[in-house]
Amino acid sequence: MRTILFIIQKEFRQIFRNKAMLPIIFVLPFIQLLILSNAASFEVKNIKFSYVDSDHSGASRELISKFQSSDYFVIVDHFLSKKEANLQMQKGKVDVILEIPNHFERNLLTDKKSTLSVSINAIDGAAAGITNVYISQIIASYSQKLQSQLYQYNEGSFVQPQNIITIPSFWFNNTLNYKTLMVPGILVLLVTMLTLFLSAMNIVREKEIGTLEQINVTPIKKHQFIIGKLFPFWVLGLLILTVGLIIARLVFHIPIIGNIGLIYLFTSVYLLVILGIGLFISNYTETQQQAMFIAWFFTVIFILMSGLFTPVESMPNWAQQITLFNPIRYFVEIIRMVMLKGAAFSDISTPFFIICFYAVVINGFAVWSYKKTN
Amino acid sequence: MSIQVQNISKSYQNNLAVDSITFEVKEGELFGLIGPDGAGKTTLFRILTTLLLANEGNATVAGFDVVKDYKSIRKEVGYMPGKFSLYQDLTIEENLNFFATIFGTTLEENYELIKEIYVQIEPFKNRRAGKLSGGMKQKLALCCALIHKPKVLFLDEPTTGVDPVSRKEFWEMLKRLQQKGITILVSTPYMDEAALCDRIALIQKGSILKIDSPQKIIDDYEKTIYDVQAKNTYQLIEDLKNYSTQYSVFAFGEYIHYIDKKTDFNPMELEKYLQENGHQDIVIKISKTTIEDVFMDLTNLKQ
Repeated sequence: MRTILFIIQKEFRQIFRNKAMLPIIFVLPFIQLLILSNAASFEVKNIKFSYVDSDHSGASRELISKFQSSDYFVIVDHFLSKKEANLQMQKGKVDVILEIPNHFERNLLTDKKSTLSVSINAIDGAAAGITNVYISQIIASYSQKLQSQLYQYNEGSFVQPQNIITIPSFWFNNTLNYKTLMVPGILVLLVTMLTLFLSAMNIVREKEIGTLEQINVTPIKKHQFIIGKLFPFWVLGLLILTVGLIIARLVFHIPIIGNIGLIYLFTSVYLLVILGIGLFISNYTETQQQAMFIAWFFTVIFILMSGLFTPVESMPNWAQQITLFNPIRYFVEIIRMVMLKGAAFSDISTPFFIICFYAVVINGFAVWSYKKTN
Repeated sequence: MSIQVQNISKSYQNNLAVDSITFEVKEGELFGLIGPDGAGKTTLFRILTTLLLANEGNATVAGFDVVKDYKSIRKEVGYMPGKFSLYQDLTIEENLNFFATIFGTTLEENYELIKEIYVQIEPFKNRRAGKLSGGMKQKLALCCALIHKPKVLFLDEPTTGVDPVSRKEFWEMLKRLQQKGITILVSTPYMDEAALCDRIALIQKGSILKIDSPQKIIDDYEKTIYDVQAKNTYQLIEDLKNYSTQYSVFAFGEYIHYIDKKTDFNPMELEKYLQENGHQDIVIKISKTTIEDVFMDLTNLKQ
């Protein structure tokens, strides 16, 4: 026990003396959390909107003013012809062209219908889809309002327009705030990346500078060395989680509805999985560079298949099966469930036991493959 | 016997690094493995310190088998690898305490043993190991290898890259450690250090050429070596090599070491030959045989 404590002490000393690593461990994650949480948003804003108004009527101006008053659109220009507008679209100056045809207002009044043409830049398909929804909503609300006005105007008598209004209720995130969804996910990502990279590089570093050879000649036991080496990173992982949660609460006002103890319980087991992977990587590499590349390779796959950026449910079936092996997937799922939904232990018991199982399997393999003699 | 090595062989892929080596080191002996780089010294050390498994043969250290009782060996030996392998970002004191702890002892407990070496680096005990000079690093490494009072000490090329004064000091330290009853196996590529060992094994390309005390090895050497000197050294070597009865010629400091095939070799004849070839200021005299001469000759014979 004394030996383990001494190795841990030594490990912490080395971490705090590594002037290049300190900011990477203690400053960068939180800067990343602050920046990424604001940047990694699926909200589409500041859409460059332009129009070709061939009607120049009251109705067309009112429609355009609807777009003007929307937060999502910035009216950058208007054109006299569609051809001119297309040219600007090609140059990337505008994202949306709304074309209001000649006699738009007259057709509305006489035929009670008219057509509009909307062209959307769909280089980013997802953004184009969202833009389309915004535009449809604005046009729909416009036509609804117009309809009621027209009815009142035409009939000359007070007729209640037949409108159906849907009021959606968004559970667990009622303002549809993307940060509420993203901050816990990004926090998971930071905890995972940091502990994986640091632990994978740590033992390899001893190999690289030759100290492992010196250690191996001593009567130190395998478990003492491994626990002593990895425990500091387990502590660091929990520390990063703690600071991250504080930032989430104070800066982003993310609700923490569930029991915070559950998050710590899960994280403490989850970190064992990550540290086991790190140890495993360091057993099969000779230099920090190799360890770094392998750790990076796995992290990218883990992150992209974690459901952090794209919901697992929308992946093809085979990909969904693969995500079952991805520890990050479970962590993202659980931290969101506990923080936003207030899940209790019974709700997260299945993923929790899966992670426990992985922790045993991975660490078993890692310890087995760690050899003092070659 | 402190170390017993029997027919140990080890190959990496198809390269035979150690070829059926057998030797013994007595208790309290200072034994030197002398050979050039790539002779297999480090491989042998790694096998004896239980870091590497041999392909064939068996070996015991302090009475323990290197394969079966590797755990016991790790408690009884001190190992100083050729490459400095302590924590560069820890101080002298922290390194020592660290190694003391993992050996289950303390700095105070075995202070007597390392005192003499430690006092030399103690003024810098709060300095990080990475910032020490070569000689101080080496003293620290020796302290760390001795911290648990080992019975057998393995030193793999401890003086490589160390200045001559520190080298001399280092060997004096080894002599004193030996007097405290520690068996020392040391390897070195420097032939001049061989003379300081009790017994040496000359090793080349994975096999042992000769094992004996340095004096005995020199005494047993039958051939007479001549120091030859002349103004134009390069031409001298060429001409000596062309001499009809030459056995071997190699540069050795300011002289050329020359050995003749004939037992009744007459230096006067050689001098005459050299004069005929236009050499000036010729000196020919009988040289004192060194380990290096024997080693060179044995290497030649093998090839």
